[in-house]
Amino acid sequence: MDFNHNRIRQLFDRKKENILNIYFTAGFPRLDDTGDIITALGDAGVDLVEIGMPYSDPLADGPTIQQSGQVALRNGMTLPLLFEQIAAVRAKTDLPLILMGYFNQVMQYGETAFFEKCAEIGIDGLIIPDLPLVEYKSSYRDTIESLGLGFSFLITPQTSTERIRMVDELSRGFIYMVSNAAITGAKADITRLQIDYFDRIKGMRLSNPRLIGFGISSFKTFSTACEYANGAIIGSAFIKALESSNGQLSDTVAGFVAGIKNEHGEQQTQSVEPLKN
Amino acid sequence: MEIAVDERGYYGEFGGAFIPEMLYPNVEELKRRYLSIMEEPDFQRRFRQLLRDYVGRPSPLYLAERLSNHYGATIYLKREDLNHTGAHKINNTIGQILLAQKLGKTRIIAETGAGQHGVATATVCALMGLQCIVYMGAVDIQRQAPNVARMRMLGAEVRPATSGSQTLKDATNEAIRDWINHPEETHYIIGSVVGPHPYPDMVARFQSVISEEMKWQLLEHTGNSDPDLVIACVGGGSNAAGAFYHYLNTPAVRLVAVEAAGKGIHSGHSAATSVLGTKGVIHGSRTLLMQTDDGQIIEPYSISAGLDYPGIGPMHAHLIKTGRAEAVSITDEEALNAAFSLTRTEGIIPALETAHALAALDKLSFKKTDIMVVCLSGRGDKDLAAYIEYLDSHGL
Repeated sequence: MDFNHNRIRQLFDRKKENILNIYFTAGFPRLDDTGDIITALGDAGVDLVEIGMPYSDPLADGPTIQQSGQVALRNGMTLPLLFEQIAAVRAKTDLPLILMGYFNQVMQYGETAFFEKCAEIGIDGLIIPDLPLVEYKSSYRDTIESLGLGFSFLITPQTSTERIRMVDELSRGFIYMVSNAAITGAKADITRLQIDYFDRIKGMRLSNPRLIGFGISSFKTFSTACEYANGAIIGSAFIKALESSNGQLSDTVAGFVAGIKNEHGEQQTQSVEPLKN
Repeated sequence: MEIAVDERGYYGEFGGAFIPEMLYPNVEELKRRYLSIMEEPDFQRRFRQLLRDYVGRPSPLYLAERLSNHYGATIYLKREDLNHTGAHKINNTIGQILLAQKLGKTRIIAETGAGQHGVATATVCALMGLQCIVYMGAVDIQRQAPNVARMRMLGAEVRPATSGSQTLKDATNEAIRDWINHPEETHYIIGSVVGPHPYPDMVARFQSVISEEMKWQLLEHTGNSDPDLVIACVGGGSNAAGAFYHYLNTPAVRLVAVEAAGKGIHSGHSAATSVLGTKGVIHGSRTLLMQTDDGQIIEPYSISAGLDYPGIGPMHAHLIKTGRAEAVSITDEEALNAAFSLTRTEGIIPALETAHALAALDKLSFKKTDIMVVCLSGRGDKDLAAYIEYLDSHGL
């Protein structure tokens, strides 16, 4: 299938900046929240949604996402169920949807069967952080590209220029810029050193758009990231918002997204809601 | 068929380096440099000297006469339990600490199950004056208290891993996450033949001193450097890798890998990966691992903290799948019985891990004329609590 029809591609064709990609773990906080969270994110004006497949041993993730994955697995989340949930919500939304998970899950499902299923249910792109470039290129690239799926590789401040070029050649959709040497959820303000790295990558004029992730959690960090890339990815901060919410899911999502997009967004949202004691 | 790791880090279909990009520079640097560093004359000289003067190598190859009479064959014990710190683990940590110094690293991290690798790492860090942080499952911290105390006395910080089953798998996850967060100054001393390439090959090479010595020791004892069987326990499989290494391409030598069956292979409380495992990726390598149909890693169980691991090193997966090695599964009870049997026939208290290898003698078929070597990978001081409980419950 032609990649020009891919929803991620179409999004970046029409919008070049301030792209907001929100990650959540499927099956958290409740098993059946997947569709509602995606719908609410779409309604709140999020550009891209990254759906995490909960995994027992998520090496690249920090405590918040780990714990959400544990809860999701205890709730009974499985890949077949997640695929059903995504197929159902795909009938209702045109948001680009990305699936993120670990390679063992893909292997156990069967690599080709997994990629075909993703294409069939309307997934637009994949992030598999522990699938190395060399394995992707030699074994999976042809299948994934022929199915019209995007694939995003990660780069970090330590990634060499030569390797970044290779990442740019193999990625389709966008490049995932890890903001710092860290697992997800690491708490830090954006430092001078990171800005230098963002600037350096910006200057490379890569063919793929860039989204910055890891440590993006607020209006301030999101805005800074957007100065140096096409947008940013938020995960742990959103999971925490879901965790601490005791109201309606849609209100929580709307409040969180407003707080990221506008300096005083969250407060505004809350002020128009009726007071709940 | 030559058994060795290929350029991409594979043994047949097992191995590779399935790591997040954050670890790529570190692993790539190791991959590029480990062989050339290990071949440097200065490195070899220091490695060999420390193994001799500090570790106490060569470790004896002991003819266990009463044990041999009991089983009706000739049984030698390769006495890795007599090494400094009480197990084979120090062969690898000596090698890796020298390598870490060559790489200019100043901070050392490690995972540990039974605590033997943690103690061996804390020891070499004390020796070299490097900062040491050891990740250990909270459950293992409870059941291996003496080793936790030793690590602290050696100046290491022991950090509990509280996710999952709070054992070796989870300690390894935490160590990998630490490495992701501190990539530049840190070297991760993996304790077994697991992890992304080049770790399985590098650790096997450091441990290969075990079979290197066995060859000349057997030649002295018997006139033949090749035994009929080599038996070793396998969690990740580092003592087995070392004991098998120089016999891998000698098919006449039977290689026996002994796994922990816990409360029984199919009891739901087991770590018998070769039977229960399917192909997958764990801790950066493609190997056999215990997992659900949905690709979630299953929390294993064994009384032995060092064998309580849901995977197996990729070299062992390859050896077992191709039939080069035989796998035997031993339950908790069988291992405890074997530990007491060795103690009372030979006056040697083995580690619980090692006791699994000894118990395999009851399960294997062999000829009266066979010469066998059991790798006595560690001593049992750390397991006294479990042994005392057994004494009391069995009225011994």
